[in-house]
Amino acid sequence: MIRKTKIDLAIIGSGPAGLAAAVEAKRLGLKDLVVFDRDEKPGGILRQCIHAGFGLEKFQEELTGPEYAHRYLKMAETVGVDFSLNTTVLEMDKDRVLTVVSEKAGLRQVECGSIILAMGCRERPRGAIGIPGTRPAGIFTAGHAQRLINIEGYMPGRAVVVLGSGDIGLIMARRLTLEGAQVKAVAEVLPYPSGLVRNVVQCLHDFNIPLLLSHTVAEVHGDRRVEAVTLVRVDERWNPVQGTEQRIECDTLLLSVGLIPENELSKAAGVAMDLRTGGACVSDFFETTLPGVFSCGNVLHVNDVVDNVSSEGETAAHGAYLRLKGRMPDRTSMVPIEPDETIGQVVPHHVSAQNDATLHIRVKRPMKKMTLRVGDGFEKKLPFARPSEMIWVTVPKEVFRSAGGPVVVRCEGR
Amino acid sequence: MKEAKNLICITCPKGCEAKVWAEEGEVKLRGKICKKGKSYLEQEFREPKRTLTTTVISRDSRIKRFPVRTSRPIPKKDLFRAMEVLSSVEVRPPVRASDVIVRDLLHTGVDVIACDDLVD
Repeated sequence: MIRKTKIDLAIIGSGPAGLAAAVEAKRLGLKDLVVFDRDEKPGGILRQCIHAGFGLEKFQEELTGPEYAHRYLKMAETVGVDFSLNTTVLEMDKDRVLTVVSEKAGLRQVECGSIILAMGCRERPRGAIGIPGTRPAGIFTAGHAQRLINIEGYMPGRAVVVLGSGDIGLIMARRLTLEGAQVKAVAEVLPYPSGLVRNVVQCLHDFNIPLLLSHTVAEVHGDRRVEAVTLVRVDERWNPVQGTEQRIECDTLLLSVGLIPENELSKAAGVAMDLRTGGACVSDFFETTLPGVFSCGNVLHVNDVVDNVSSEGETAAHGAYLRLKGRMPDRTSMVPIEPDETIGQVVPHHVSAQNDATLHIRVKRPMKKMTLRVGDGFEKKLPFARPSEMIWVTVPKEVFRSAGGPVVVRCEGR
Repeated sequence: MKEAKNLICITCPKGCEAKVWAEEGEVKLRGKICKKGKSYLEQEFREPKRTLTTTVISRDSRIKRFPVRTSRPIPKKDLFRAMEVLSSVEVRPPVRASDVIVRDLLHTGVDVIACDDLVD
C-alpha cells in the first residue's frame, strides 16, 4: 500500500516558472503548496546560466542566472514556500494524483487540488537531427557542455565547432573561448541566426568567431574522439551543395539545435498537446485540457527571455487560485485562437473572453514592416518580427466576444 | 585616429547597423539610429566594455565551481587578462551574493562579486 497525502497545489519544477508560480500562489493566499524538483537545489537551468541578461523586466537590472534565481529563492523563503527536493515525479493521472519518489521518503502518492506543470525543456539530441558520420566521444549538446563547465568544472574540449546558432550555442561559444578553447566556427542551417542579435554581437563578433549561415555538418570524423567535422553549404531546401564541403579539424562538436518541452508527464495524463509548440493546449489562465492542471514556462512553449517565463508562472498561479476557489470560467464558453500559415505558433489556444488576453506569438519567417491581425477587430504594426523573438500582444476582450467563432491570428509584411 | 567600424546596435532586439568613425576628436555615425543607440555606439566605438561573468573554484564539498561577475563592465581588451587572474581564485563558505571576491580587478576600479550564496 503506497502512502498517500493530500495538498491543495503541487508545482512540478523549481526553475524560473515554478519559483514564480509558487511565490505568486503564496501571495494569493494559497497556503498548502509544495514545489517538487528532482535536483538537489532549486533554481533549475538558471544555476548553470552564469551569463548576464536576466531580469531586465522583472528587476530593471541586468542579472546573471544564479542571481535571478537567488532573488526568487529569497522571495520564496519570505513567503514560506515548501520544497520537496531530490524528488522525482514519476506519474500524474487525470484525477491529479501524483506518484513521486525520493531517497528520503520513498514512494508515495500525492492527491492535489491543482497542479502547475513547470518542468522546462530538454535539448534536441544528435539522434533527432541525423548527422552522418562516426559516433566518437566529443559530441555534446550545448546545455550539457554548459553544465560541465559552469557547475562541474570540466572543459569538454579545446578545439570546438558549434552546430546551431541558438542562444545557448552562442553563449557557449563565448564561454569556451574565455576558458581558453578555440571555437573554430558556428554553423547555422538557416539563412539567418536563430539567437538574439545581442548574442551574435557579444558572443561571436567580440571574439572573431565565424558564423556560417546556410551551413550544416555533412560528416563527423574520428574513431575514439572527434578529429574533424566537414561543414557544407545548403540550399533553401537544406540540401547540401556539392563542392562546398570544408573540413575543420576539431576535438569537440557542440549541438545547439533546439529545445523540446519536457512533457512526458503531461502526455501520459492525457493533456491535449499542440504540435507546433510541443507543449500543452491551454486557456488564457494557462489551464490545460485537464481541469485543475496548468502549464507554464518552457514546458508550455520555449521562451527567449526568463522574465517572460516568470510572468507565465504568475499567470498559472492565478489560474490555480481561481480553480481552487471554484471561480474558473466555464470551458464551454471559451473562444478558440487559430494561427494561419504565416504564424509559427501562438499561445494560449483558447480564451475566456472575460479579460483582455495576452497572446504569445512567433512568426514563421523574419519580416519587416509587419502587421499582425487578431480576428477582425485588432491589428498591431511592428517595424520588424523574427521567429527568434516572441511577440507578446495584449488583445482587448471585445475582439474575442464579437467573434462568434474561432479567432484567427495572421500577419503580413515584407 | 581609429578607423571606421561597422557596428551593430544591441540596445534593443532590432539590431540596427551603423558606420562609426572619428573626425577631429568627435565620434560620427551614419545610419538610422535612435538616441539610445547613438550613445551606446559612441561608447562602443571609443572603448567597448563588457560585464565579465565566469566561475571560480569552490572549496565547498558539494559544488566545484562558484559563479561570479564584475560589478560593472570592464574594458573588452581586459577580458582575457581578467580570466587569468580569476583562474586561481578560490572561495570558501560562507559567501553571500554580492560579496566582493576580488577587489579592484586589474586596477580597473571594478570589483568581482559573488552571484550566489555559498553556505556550509
